[in-house]
Amino acid sequence: MSRASTRFDTKKVNSELVTLTYGSLVAQMIKDIENPDDVNKQLERLGYNMGIRLVEDFLAKTSSGRCLDLKDTADKIQSAFRMYLGVQPNVANWSPAGDEFSFILDSNPLTDLVELPEDLKSLRYCNIICGAIRGALEMVQLDIQSWIVQDQLKGDSNTEIRVKFIRKLEDAIPVGEE
Amino acid sequence: MDDTLFEFLHSEVVNYVVEGNNILNKDNKDEDLSNLEYIGFSVGYKIIERLTREMARFKDELDMMKFVCTDFWSAIYKKQIDNLRTNHQGVYVLQDNGFKFLTKMSNGKQYLELAPRYVAFTCGIIRGSLANLGVNCLVTAEVQNMPACKFHIQVQRT
Repeated sequence: MSRASTRFDTKKVNSELVTLTYGSLVAQMIKDIENPDDVNKQLERLGYNMGIRLVEDFLAKTSSGRCLDLKDTADKIQSAFRMYLGVQPNVANWSPAGDEFSFILDSNPLTDLVELPEDLKSLRYCNIICGAIRGALEMVQLDIQSWIVQDQLKGDSNTEIRVKFIRKLEDAIPVGEE
Repeated sequence: MDDTLFEFLHSEVVNYVVEGNNILNKDNKDEDLSNLEYIGFSVGYKIIERLTREMARFKDELDMMKFVCTDFWSAIYKKQIDNLRTNHQGVYVLQDNGFKFLTKMSNGKQYLELAPRYVAFTCGIIRGSLANLGVNCLVTAEVQNMPACKFHIQVQRT
């Protein structure tokens, strides 16, 4: 096995690699699909697929236990942001009922090298993050909805991702196994 | 930043391109992975520009290849290329004995026919990065025993 040494800052390269790969993928999708709404859906689904796998990786690496409430869940996702994207969003804007909250990102590595052209204003570039949150939480029996409220790519001062708790998923026990 | 994310994103890029193919041409046996290669190309083209910005000019083509095999490969795949061969006439063979995107798959023959999907993006990365350094080439990959992979680079001189 050869040495893994490199003269570059590995963390930075990793981050740029993800940013550039994601950017090229989105560009390809726009060529393939045209309708931005369909691209948004596709990005969300792609994030969902990644979330399903990321949550396992997260649990394995952090050995974190069961969440007691949604507040706890929000904190865990916050640390997942730090782990995978290298940024720590603020958890804010809780709804009075405590079933909805937002992640607020001052900077978002995913959009670091990105500019949206005028004709793609309806593209929700960061939908992959919403999808990842949904996928990850579904694997731990939480049905949620997630969407983008504010977007730095559209001139907002920060990026806000909203998460709404829908319901707890029950384990479906196969017939005859009770 | 964790490199798991890049790995998972890469599999989704592969999935996306392969699924698109299935819808377009169901009967076509030879998979068209050119979009996958092209996504890799644009990533390679951009990332090498950012990495080499502060560096001195390369001595020659071989010097460039050595850079790709060592620093560049380590930056992306966390290990160096294990073997570099050349005929000194524009053909280079880069061998990675444990190529990152193949190490998570069975070492047996079972998934060998799917291997091209997991190396196409990287063929693009190599072609793109060399293109940015001013070398036009064709890059193909050969997988005989997982997880080893040989990348063949053929420099185009015109």
